[in-house]
Amino acid sequence: MRKTNLVPALLAFTTLFPKTVFAIQRFPKPEFESAYTQPQTQIPLPRGEFMAYLDVAVLLIALSVVTWLVLKKRSRLWVFAMSIFSLGYFGFYREGCVCSIGAIQNVSLALFDSTFVLPLSVILFFILPLLFTLFFGRTFCAAVCPFGAIQDLFAFKPQALGSRLNTVLGIIPYLYLGLAVLFAATGTDFIICRYDPFVGIFRFTASFGMFLFTGILLLSGIFIARPYCRFLCPYGVLLNWTSRFSRSHLTITPKECIQCRLCENSCPYDAIDIPVTTKSPESSPVMVKKMMMMVLIVPVLVIAFGYAGSRMQDTLAGVDPRVKLAKEVLSGMRDAGSGMRDAGYKMQDAGYKMQDAGYKMRDAGYKMRDAGYKMRDESFEIKAFKASGKTESQVYSEASAVLKKFYIGGWLFGGFIGLAIALMIGGRMLPVYRADYVTNKGRCFSCARCVDYCPVKS
Amino acid sequence: MPNRREFLNTLMRGGILAALGLLSGALLFRKRDENSCSTGFACNSCSKSKSCSLPAALEARQTVWQLDPAKCIQCGRCATSCVMSPSAVKCTHAYAMCGYCDLCGGYFKPGTKTLTTAAEHQLCPTNALKRKFIEEPFFEYTVDEELCIGCGKCVKGCSAFGNGSLQLQVRHHRCENCNECSIARKCPSQAFTRVPANQPSLLKGLGNERMQDAGKKGEVNA
Repeated sequence: MRKTNLVPALLAFTTLFPKTVFAIQRFPKPEFESAYTQPQTQIPLPRGEFMAYLDVAVLLIALSVVTWLVLKKRSRLWVFAMSIFSLGYFGFYREGCVCSIGAIQNVSLALFDSTFVLPLSVILFFILPLLFTLFFGRTFCAAVCPFGAIQDLFAFKPQALGSRLNTVLGIIPYLYLGLAVLFAATGTDFIICRYDPFVGIFRFTASFGMFLFTGILLLSGIFIARPYCRFLCPYGVLLNWTSRFSRSHLTITPKECIQCRLCENSCPYDAIDIPVTTKSPESSPVMVKKMMMMVLIVPVLVIAFGYAGSRMQDTLAGVDPRVKLAKEVLSGMRDAGSGMRDAGYKMQDAGYKMQDAGYKMRDAGYKMRDAGYKMRDESFEIKAFKASGKTESQVYSEASAVLKKFYIGGWLFGGFIGLAIALMIGGRMLPVYRADYVTNKGRCFSCARCVDYCPVKS
Repeated sequence: MPNRREFLNTLMRGGILAALGLLSGALLFRKRDENSCSTGFACNSCSKSKSCSLPAALEARQTVWQLDPAKCIQCGRCATSCVMSPSAVKCTHAYAMCGYCDLCGGYFKPGTKTLTTAAEHQLCPTNALKRKFIEEPFFEYTVDEELCIGCGKCVKGCSAFGNGSLQLQVRHHRCENCNECSIARKCPSQAFTRVPANQPSLLKGLGNERMQDAGKKGEVNA
């Protein structure tokens, strides 16, 4: 009897062509005569909150241990052992989430979106490595970050890249950081997570394209040691700048440098600065001229790049799903699509008739027909938009709000890149004087390889 | 010369330290604006918190990903976009809503005439939805989570022709809780939101649900 009630109901629904209708009690709750008991719907709870604090505790302990190993014990072997542990724990066990690099995005979004919940554990993951770096150098990079640890395994035949290439490629992380903050702050996307090359390895779930990219990255790491850390990592930019002002830092030699040059080629990351004992040959008028140029170059570059960034507003905002939807709504309502298809058919016919005169026109007709076909197939986004009950103008106003954010964001992003480039140029202009072989505090990952090359023992 | 350099270094270090302190202070004590609350889940320092329908959310210090079945259009991307394979999104049955229909819109392909469990009649591509006779004319439907891929075909059928008791949900004992959910990126209806970790379900029409610790993988069945 239930069946007979159902069939007309079913027919009615199929003919009415329902959109997503949700949770209507079409059929009453049955009253069972047998002893049937309804099973419970079971809802699995997520990983306990305290586990996140366990991760923070492991991070803090790992940072402390590695710092001690680098600065006091000065042992490459133990640092390497710790990096294997970190690769195991933060990499394969915790599967790379949440990491300090990705936390940049959570922090940026939290600053601009008041509804976003930022757990204390994520704040700590972001701040702790920076604090340690500010006092002890990049010991986080040495053996706590699983990304560094996995790349360190591949540094078999590192080649020196030369200071020019290092500086130029070193601009990429600034771009990456700028874009990551821009997209996170506008609530568009977390690009660091999306294009994370190692997380797919840690989880054994990489897509083919990502697997290929990671493979190339790791294999190129045989010759260009730690390519991600040096020429991609956005968190590395922050660590680089904090490390430059660090209080204590790994030193190559425990006492006095004896200029034996044994450590000269020991660093796989080109992070050892060789002595420059000849005083800068330039006379002071030349230096004054250079300084004047720098004073001019910085604001010019910042404004020029800022302007370029603001002009890229449309391109950058085009990634945002709200803007995408607005574009789709604007360009392709279904009826317009069908209309165009029909127009395409007509033109095609006309093209056939005029075949002798105009093969070209027929081809144009084909093209338009195809465009019409494409437009006729409604995307899921448009379906979801129709089901949501939002009006077109709501979608447009949301998108224009996002566009405005990207205008300001474009200026800031461009200005940031301009400043980075200006500082790069300025850094190369500065006169240097060094008596000894020293670690470059910004670039050095504190891996402690060079320590083993130094014949001076404490 | 070295003294001046050292002094500048200390100055910069102090500056960076102060900046980091300010940043963490701003992050820890930032104001939450209840008017801009779109999800209804950000609750710390929210003025509506007392009248809030989800008081437990107040205690949430962490969030997990969940999908709102009311927004879901069953596009099928949950099955393909998850970093997990098969997806951590599964069909979840809210038994309390189910009509126990013989002709189940979630189980049978449209136009099926003979209501048997034959494979060609089933909507489910993996035979994850099981049908069991209870008593005339009622049938019970259960989801075998090990087989379910989260494609949402049954959900679509059930919400179009039935009570909507079959719903897609993120099953948290399978979910990696990625920093940004890769399905959320692809979801055409923005149905994925971050919800409080202690209130991880957005299932509709419940009455007899049971929260289960996610410790033992694979033991929980929908």
